Amino acid sequence: MPLLQIDSLTVDYPTRNGTVRAVNDVSIALEKGQTLGIVGESGCGKSTLGLAVIRLIPPPGVLTEGSIRIDGTDVVHLPENQVRELRGKVGFIFQDPMTSLNPVKRIGDHFIEFMRAHDKKISREEALERSGKILESLGILRERINDYPHQFSGGMRQRVMIGLGLALSPKLLIADEPTTSLDVIVEAQILELMNKLKKEYNLTLILITHNIGIVAEMSDLVAVMYAGRVVELGPTDRIFENPLHPYTKGLLESAPNIVHPERSMHPIPGSPPDLISPPTGCKFHPRCPHAFEPCPLSEPALATKERQLVACHLYD
Amino acid sequence: MEVNGLTKYFPVQTGFLDAMLSKRREYVHAVDGIGFSITKGETFGLVGESGSGKTTTGRILVRLIEPTSGEIRFDGELVTKMTPAESQAFRRRAQIIFQDPAAALNPRMTVGNAIKHALDIHRIGSDAERREEVMRMLKRVGLTPPENFYEKYPHQLSGGQRQRVVIGRAMILKPEFVVADEPVAMVDVSIRAQILDLMASLKQELGLTYVFITHDLATANYFCDRIAIMYLGKIAEIGMKGEVFKSPKHPYTVALMSAIPVPDPKHKPERLIPHGEIPSPITPPSGCRFHPRCPKAFDRCPKEDPKMTTISSSHEVACHLFN
Repeated sequence: MPLLQIDSLTVDYPTRNGTVRAVNDVSIALEKGQTLGIVGESGCGKSTLGLAVIRLIPPPGVLTEGSIRIDGTDVVHLPENQVRELRGKVGFIFQDPMTSLNPVKRIGDHFIEFMRAHDKKISREEALERSGKILESLGILRERINDYPHQFSGGMRQRVMIGLGLALSPKLLIADEPTTSLDVIVEAQILELMNKLKKEYNLTLILITHNIGIVAEMSDLVAVMYAGRVVELGPTDRIFENPLHPYTKGLLESAPNIVHPERSMHPIPGSPPDLISPPTGCKFHPRCPHAFEPCPLSEPALATKERQLVACHLYD
Repeated sequence: MEVNGLTKYFPVQTGFLDAMLSKRREYVHAVDGIGFSITKGETFGLVGESGSGKTTTGRILVRLIEPTSGEIRFDGELVTKMTPAESQAFRRRAQIIFQDPAAALNPRMTVGNAIKHALDIHRIGSDAERREEVMRMLKRVGLTPPENFYEKYPHQLSGGQRQRVVIGRAMILKPEFVVADEPVAMVDVSIRAQILDLMASLKQELGLTYVFITHDLATANYFCDRIAIMYLGKIAEIGMKGEVFKSPKHPYTVALMSAIPVPDPKHKPERLIPHGEIPSPITPPSGCRFHPRCPKAFDRCPKEDPKMTTISSSHEVACHLFN
């Protein structure tokens, strides 16, 4: 049984101007110990998908359809009083370490509060002891537990965020753009650290990012999202070697590549769609160089092709 | 453009009491004695991490801030000592494109008027002619049909479209010299290259000289002719992009290059990641500013600030290893 099983998940945000379908019929299964990279541009639904797994869809968003199971437990219908426990089992690392830590609380208090909120059996002393150990494994001196967030640099704050994500030895860790606000060198340090921790804690990891370079480096599986849908899903080496969906191809060719500059920076024409009035049929068809008759008419389903899944009429 | 010994220190805000007790003022050494020259028609990249001084340098170049010391010559004229009239003329020739198009545009001004504003200030043409000119520019930056875009407000546009407006506004005065400060950092990956291609074609058409400020080496590699790698207010390495990228000399450049994630799962780079983070520019390290993090530092590095050493006619590095 996969650790995480998402089936035909749909999340809507009702707005004054109409309903935005942020996540549209997404199904993903993730085995224990695997790392899944979810890539896509802003507004493709990747963050909403991550938040849905820990029942944190920001209002007015609603999960309208589908199911999420973690280790067999139904997350969608979990009673309110067990949601906290769920958020202890699934760690979440937020994007911006500058705003995710409370400036008037010591680093240690963040850990104590977090651990005790999700697991009442842990005493203050135990929480403090454990957080000291976690900080050390993150390369931060134990005595800095009494410091305030402003005394930490950006990279160290992100380490603290990772530490909080790991505090309750989660089965699953979701990291939403964990290095986006960091400089390249610090980013490389954090990725290296996450790779180390992945082995140490035998983590199952979901990495949400717009940077396909990070995905190439970190993940076993890649899900490419566009306008709320997974358009391609498969093993990382396959997706990079033999991308099937025209959007995946476009994304790979548009990214800067320092090793193969000639393969990089080819733009995808047009811009991501407005989700209040998305295009008909395949949402990518107005930007797609291979669009043909069926594309504006019907939405292609995600189907197996070779070793990956792809949602494109070219492979019907 | 010729830049010599450019320095900018920002005073650190201190409290009233500290000031009364005449505690010594502290300064952020944002830019510390840098020099370079930019040839007409080239794209010069200023590359560095946050806090390297690249943005401050860019802003000084278009006179948005005054340097603490140093000289800038533009077309032979001393930019740093201009009369108000000269300065207004300079501002027509030198423009800047900001990073965040959402913050750079007035939310209450239509995009047409935002672009027209510069023509109004410099009193160019009649109102009808200005309008005509703005229409042409909207079309040129890919906002077509222009009549539809003229009356729109920034919030009605996507991020990429807004950045096109910002570019149009910078180009409307037909400048010769444009500083672009992270013009694609806030734009989605798939349309970054579109924006860069637009900037490249405008360069061709108007015969522009660009200073391209970025933290992204891969983008700099795509867009620039020559680059300067900055670290803590100093230039670590400068040269033609081909030479700097193919054979980086400064240990900092080497580290930066090895840190970039490459979109190829088979590429397993040997990482040379320095420990720690960029130190505070208020109390920068002595000697070479990179020495506390440098894997190759030796006894001379903390003592002496390395001078620029010539590697080839178009490649220089500030590192004791090559001295």
